[in-house]
Amino acid sequence: MIARVCVAGAGVIGSLFAGHLARVAEVSVLTRRAEHADALTEHGLTVSGRSDFIARVHAAPDPAALPEPDLVIVACKGTDLEPVSARLEGRFAGAVVMTIQNGLGAEEIVRRHGAWPLVSGVTFMSGTRHTDTHVEYILDTATWVGPYGDTDFALAEEIAELIRASGLKAEAFPDLRPAQWSKLIFNATVNAVAALTGLPHDPHFAAEERLSDLGFLVHDLIDEGKRVAAAAGIELREDPWEMNVLATKRGSAHYPSMLEDVEAHRPTEIELITGALVRAAREHGVEAPLHTALYRLVTAREAGYS
Amino acid sequence: MRVCVVGCGAVGSLFAANLSLLEDVEVWAYDLAQAHVDAINESGLRLSGAGEVVGHPRATSDAAELPPCDFGIVATKAMHTESAIAATAHAFAGGAVCTVQNGVGNEEVLAAHVDRVIRGTTFPAGRVVEPGHVQWDVRGDTTIGPFEPQPAPMDEIERLADACTRAGMPTEAVPDARGAQWRKVIFNAATNPIGALTRLTHGRVCELPPLRLLVTQLVDEGKAVASAQGIVLDADPEELIDHAAKPEVAYDHRSSMLQDVLAGRPTEVDWLNGGIVRYGEQVGVPTPMNRAIWALVKGLEQ
Repeated sequence: MIARVCVAGAGVIGSLFAGHLARVAEVSVLTRRAEHADALTEHGLTVSGRSDFIARVHAAPDPAALPEPDLVIVACKGTDLEPVSARLEGRFAGAVVMTIQNGLGAEEIVRRHGAWPLVSGVTFMSGTRHTDTHVEYILDTATWVGPYGDTDFALAEEIAELIRASGLKAEAFPDLRPAQWSKLIFNATVNAVAALTGLPHDPHFAAEERLSDLGFLVHDLIDEGKRVAAAAGIELREDPWEMNVLATKRGSAHYPSMLEDVEAHRPTEIELITGALVRAAREHGVEAPLHTALYRLVTAREAGYS
Repeated sequence: MRVCVVGCGAVGSLFAANLSLLEDVEVWAYDLAQAHVDAINESGLRLSGAGEVVGHPRATSDAAELPPCDFGIVATKAMHTESAIAATAHAFAGGAVCTVQNGVGNEEVLAAHVDRVIRGTTFPAGRVVEPGHVQWDVRGDTTIGPFEPQPAPMDEIERLADACTRAGMPTEAVPDARGAQWRKVIFNAATNPIGALTRLTHGRVCELPPLRLLVTQLVDEGKAVASAQGIVLDADPEELIDHAAKPEVAYDHRSSMLQDVLAGRPTEVDWLNGGIVRYGEQVGVPTPMNRAIWALVKGLEQ
């Protein structure tokens, strides 16, 4: 039974998990900054929007200061996964570790730092982090979890059950890859195009009228991604083009994190997302010229940060 | 000989100021920027940098003031060709009009308004520093030739080339100027948008090997489209790209497209990558990478 959860990384997704799960489990939060941990321990974590409560959490920047958890949710950005995993190395031997990063390959990075049973996660929920101790829950879309490697499916089911009990949406699948790849193709396309054009994920991404309309490029990128998935033997759970069209019709345009990252001159998740897709294409012998071009452009944009 | 430069930005000013030094050429400069026009009429058109010149063309923002001219030299940004030639065409009823603009498709626009059209490509570059004053960054050659559907005769084209050359703007009249035009279009389409999308200078674009590969993919598509039209490039655009990347040439140059994007202005991408895509469709040559880059830059313009 999962009684204690440690959330590593308290950005939007980590804060949403920590706040909600604190209602059904004892939650600790591993932060990067000491003042962030102090603020959380002192004031608790306020969740507004679709939920409305203040959660009590125990936070620290050092895992040695946190109680032994049954479940660790590594919720940091993909760019921080390596250092965060390194800090977990040699600790929490009895815990299951769940990844939730965008793209592919997060599990392998965590695996290099410990032998914990691993569970893969993909989340579609979203929010806005207003302060270190206040997160707004905006889109109540689901989190999907599935066993990674030798992990028992029952563990993934138990985690999904716990997340549901906390007030978030979740579902467990014996094989998460069809969902992971649907989101991979969606993110590789939408995040990179947003980062390069400066556009939020708005109706331009679905426009297919004039020859130069962005929707044609988005469509071509998604089709290219689907060919890679097919070559990798993955049957997608959702059609990324339909995900794209649906998301552009929501009214308020979403700012993909990769766009926010390039505007703030921060490292992006391009390696875990587009990089993973391009490497998979090469591995399976299919061409991915358009995603390769986006990969080159975004990495070059990062190289130009002054 | 009377010449009117239509669009007196940096490149137009280089032609207008230099040509106005010739005793046998009367130069008019048509531009909508009233401050620039006023400054030229008050104290002349000054070039500095690659050449120190003060020319005295007659400048106006009112096309109705233009007298009948022997030649027009159109140097507006490509998106302004239609409005500029529509306003000034009356002055060229008995003359020939030459474009020295970027991209492909400008000649077709001119041909809808005037009888005789000269295809042209120019490499000198500069920037307007203040009204009446243009920094001349780079000297370079100009190549002009007949626009086949509505050509000016070769002797007329040679007269214009001779005047420009005597004025210090070396210009060659050739029977087929498409080779020079497509070399420059391919160069611009392969490098300017990459600079705009990555925010990198030309030299930085060229020294990142993966990005340089992307540039070559764009070049190769452009070459295929040119070749399918029977166009023989006057030189390899790749040479121009590597030449421009040298520290003493244009390593630190931020492409005009990058400058446009940073300033929130529309870009010339429709006449560069967009032109390659449209001509590619006409001759059945696929141009997926130019089309992708075109869409990204159009997104950037929003």
